[in-house]
Amino acid sequence: MNTRGRPLFLSSYYLILVVLLYLPIGVLFLFSINANTTLSFPLQGLTFDWYRKLLMNEPVLRSARNSVEVAAGSSLAATLLGTAVAVLFLRYQFRSKNLLLVLAVLPLIVPFIVLGVALLMLFSAFHVERSLWTVGIAHTVVSLPYAFLIVIARLAGFDPSLEEAAMDLGATYPTTLRRIVLPMIAPAMVSAWLTAFTVSFDEFALALFLAGTEPTFPVYLFSQLRFANRLPIMIALAVLMMIGSLTMVLVADRLRRAE
Amino acid sequence: MNNRRAAFWLLYLPPVAWLGLFFLAPLLLMAAYSFRANMRGELLQWFTPTVAQYQSLWTAGGGSYIRLLGISAGMALAVAASATVLAYPLAYFLAFRAGRRAGLFLAVLLVPFWTSYLLRVMAWKFLLGSEGGINSLLIYLHLIAEPVTALLYNRTAVVITLIYVWVPFSALPILAALQRVDPALFEAAADLGAPPARQFLRIALPLSMPGVLAAFFMAFIPTVGEYVTPLLIGGSSGSMYGNIIQDFFTKSTDWPLGSALSMVMLVGTLALVAVALRFIDVPRLIE
Repeated sequence: MNTRGRPLFLSSYYLILVVLLYLPIGVLFLFSINANTTLSFPLQGLTFDWYRKLLMNEPVLRSARNSVEVAAGSSLAATLLGTAVAVLFLRYQFRSKNLLLVLAVLPLIVPFIVLGVALLMLFSAFHVERSLWTVGIAHTVVSLPYAFLIVIARLAGFDPSLEEAAMDLGATYPTTLRRIVLPMIAPAMVSAWLTAFTVSFDEFALALFLAGTEPTFPVYLFSQLRFANRLPIMIALAVLMMIGSLTMVLVADRLRRAE
Repeated sequence: MNNRRAAFWLLYLPPVAWLGLFFLAPLLLMAAYSFRANMRGELLQWFTPTVAQYQSLWTAGGGSYIRLLGISAGMALAVAASATVLAYPLAYFLAFRAGRRAGLFLAVLLVPFWTSYLLRVMAWKFLLGSEGGINSLLIYLHLIAEPVTALLYNRTAVVITLIYVWVPFSALPILAALQRVDPALFEAAADLGAPPARQFLRIALPLSMPGVLAAFFMAFIPTVGEYVTPLLIGGSSGSMYGNIIQDFFTKSTDWPLGSALSMVMLVGTLALVAVALRFIDVPRLIE
């Protein structure tokens, strides 16, 4: 493949890492079709029973539905808010600009445990019951930077003179935003939405503090880790989710690169 | 231009209100609460500020909390340093040896990052546990008689898991830095008789240092604040500073001291980021 240097060492290093990275995923898949509830060798036999039982397991499916709802809502909010910040940042001049930038990126830096307990305090201070809403609010905060960065990367590639031209031709600014800017950044917004969705869907550190009686899937999964006999069903669902999640990431990536 | 003004406020107010209400306000509330003497009364009420919580940080839990902060920082140092060192050859491979398919090779590395973190860590647990895959395989092959228990529930296991999680991610900034190196420099060095090892040490390594630093801080900063991985892998003897904070808000309910502990983490993290930004030109790196 390569003639210069000794590529063999580096490429085998890469291969080993790839194997190690995919090993846990393979293990999970194996676990979901394993007839036994522990993953001991030799395997006791293969089965699709867990997938069948999953369809009848109400609490597991419910937690998955909760996660989908929280992820869909919070990612929509994060995309709209992140897009607003991106447009502001590239198309307006104002004094608090750098402050806004810091504010929009800071949720990436503040440790989740700190934000989690701080939000827990805020909600108890105002006697807000913990629920899927409180989880969704937190997820909106932490996915906003992703949405902002994805949208701003695309918007930066477009010449503002297009918008000036539209306005010279008599379009109002809101019309220009809707008819010129929005179509330009739409793929990035979809990509931002999908990214924010995955971030929320997988999020556990904040949800553990903020979920009330209705758990999201990671929180429910965590509560079930002690019961070995219930695990294969959870893992069966997780495998299906992983496939869904990967599909979304690949679509998001395609859209981000789209011309 | 009046509607441009109106559009400005329409774009400006929602994100600022959201982040103000659900990001700044809770952190400020936490900061204020860390100056309270105790939990008595409502969360929102006037109180006489005291630094008692910060004074007791050093002695609380027999001094074990502050010691744990030191241990967590040490673990983060080990994780970040190892992940960066292990990521370097990977980035080097992708930058100079992978050829045209480098993009595909990179994507293959990053895809698992988007699958459930909880589950990937749990899968390791299945492999490493005393009834897990590795032990039962070794027993089955008669290589060992008793399961090896040292693989789980201690700090080493946490560190190893975190290194594993960070390596592919740490390769990104190093790759970005290496891709910026002009290949003509290597040709020039070769023409002047420098052997490959010397070319690497004198050209690639120094020029990729900004990426190396970025990779280090990128892993170090979140690792200090970890609490999920120790919860899953570490058990009680593998806990980190973040787990203490978690306990203060769930098991024991001493929120003022808990707030002081998380303020220490918050201020420490922000200080680290400030230091990192002095060394790293972020816009250049992600360009």
